[in-house]
Amino acid sequence: MPEPIIFELSAPGRRAGGHAPASPPAADFPAQYLRHDEPLLPEVSELQVVRHFTRLSQLNYSIDTHFYPLGSCTMKYNPRVCNRLAMLPEFIERHPLAATEHGQGFLECMYELQDMLKAVTGMTAISLTPMAGAQGEFAGVAMIRAYHDARGESDRREIIVPDASHGTNPATATMCGCTAVEIPTGPDGDVDLDALRRVVGPATAGIMLTNPSTLGVFERQITEIADIVHKAGGLLYYDGANLNAILGRALPADMGFDVIHLNLHKTFSTPHGGGGPGSGVVGVNERLAPFLPVPIVGRDGEQYVWLTEADRPQSIGRLSAFMGNAGILLRAYVYMRLLGADGMRRVSEFATLNANYLMKRLQMAGFEVTFAERRASHEFIVSLQSITKETGISAMDFAKALLDRGFHAPTTYFPLLVPECLLIEPTETETRQELDAFVAALVEIRDLAYKSPDTIQAAPISMPVRRLDDVRAVRQLDVVWQPDNDPTE
Amino acid sequence: MSEVPGDRKYSGEHEWVQLLDDGLVMIGITDHAQEALGELVYVEQPEDGATLAKGDACIVIESVKAASDVYAPISGALAEANDALADEPELVNKSPYEEGWLVKIDPSDPAELDELMDADAYSQFLAESSG
Repeated sequence: MPEPIIFELSAPGRRAGGHAPASPPAADFPAQYLRHDEPLLPEVSELQVVRHFTRLSQLNYSIDTHFYPLGSCTMKYNPRVCNRLAMLPEFIERHPLAATEHGQGFLECMYELQDMLKAVTGMTAISLTPMAGAQGEFAGVAMIRAYHDARGESDRREIIVPDASHGTNPATATMCGCTAVEIPTGPDGDVDLDALRRVVGPATAGIMLTNPSTLGVFERQITEIADIVHKAGGLLYYDGANLNAILGRALPADMGFDVIHLNLHKTFSTPHGGGGPGSGVVGVNERLAPFLPVPIVGRDGEQYVWLTEADRPQSIGRLSAFMGNAGILLRAYVYMRLLGADGMRRVSEFATLNANYLMKRLQMAGFEVTFAERRASHEFIVSLQSITKETGISAMDFAKALLDRGFHAPTTYFPLLVPECLLIEPTETETRQELDAFVAALVEIRDLAYKSPDTIQAAPISMPVRRLDDVRAVRQLDVVWQPDNDPTE
Repeated sequence: MSEVPGDRKYSGEHEWVQLLDDGLVMIGITDHAQEALGELVYVEQPEDGATLAKGDACIVIESVKAASDVYAPISGALAEANDALADEPELVNKSPYEEGWLVKIDPSDPAELDELMDADAYSQFLAESSG
């Protein structure tokens, strides 16, 4: 590595005095809880810290530095103004336990965010508390479970997932004590309706769907699917991962969905990657509203108030200590206020235009596009299977070679249904020049795959590290650094 | 072209099944399957005493690309799991038909073996499905 880890920069006694705590340590701690050893921390100067983390940030691929067409992740630009406004001192210095009358401005923003999210999804109630997409999914399926339990139908424990679904969907079903039942996709990319009819029944709790699907196409039979599942007594769960394609154009509620989660860090442009933090807001229709996680922001006359367990006794409970990732919610709020309804429609228009432009350009350049007869949503799949057969150069080799050419790799080997695939999502924030340059890079890599495959197999050559041994990394997992003379051992 | 030995049967999910002299059947994944999955990093075997029904997802195989289910190609009681895979999952990559076998099953309905493909049919199936 070109940069040592911070402990390797450490020297005994070195410190950054300007950041030492001003107040003396608490004196009234019970003796049995006091530690006897110094904590194992690096001893470094302020300048060393600044340089170390600045250098690390420069080694990274990021939206701020590179095109990042990571399919299914919606890696769009995060406007600076959202950060700036969310960091106003009135927001960041507000104590989460401050009396509500001292935080009316913050609560008003959250209340309006709930309303705007209702408008763009068609759902009747929103809870902002889930801390990430996975927690949003958990909340959604927990509500479906609570709904069936409340109706005395606790035998409904099967969650149907299409084979193209996000891996998180069956995982969520399992986490919530349900069983995932997989159904296949038809040859045109839509759900196999006959297979769906065969699996629904008195054990059906619901179905989890992404629309547009992970295959990059709009599920055209969505109303039939809703009909089949509802008639069987199940509910429809909308995984909001791909909302960017339909924002302002189609409402999940109109498609028949009962519950949705939204990744604000995707569609609503809050930071993600490297741990986010994320936000997995959930929305529901009338029948699931009583089960929403708390707190929710309500209104009592002129005042904004917290609605808690006392107001909503059937709630599935709390998912975060206070109000989810409040700073992230504020960023999404600013983003939506800046764009307005018209702007949000333009988001989906340009996201789909960019995806379709890129798909056509790659097709014209001779790449094999999956579901080529269908229009792309906000993302699409290129299969490199024939190139791999002829040259031995795999999708992973293409991904590595793209890094050398200034592009983050698209998603590789997902969805699993398509061999040697790249899942490409340009988002609305890229220019045509950038998309053209990306096509040129893929064409160049393909040419080299035939002419001099060794150069592609050697990629990346310009990154801080070359090919990593990902097999050894999993087999001999070692993620905790310890000094040679670890005093805690 | 991947290897397809003639001394066993095959499923459409790319598992092989071999009837042993003691009446047990040995199950593994094919050369084609291990190649498609890439290098394996973990194999989760069924629990001791498990009873498997044909089509059940009974083993989870994790590679650097993905985690995949292995479906029981025939029904029966688990007789033995290949413990060597706990430390060396790569045996499946190196030797999918010999050292990299997954489980042995005491079949409850040996006639199910007849429903599987022979080597020729599976080779044909591979040729057709890869276009």
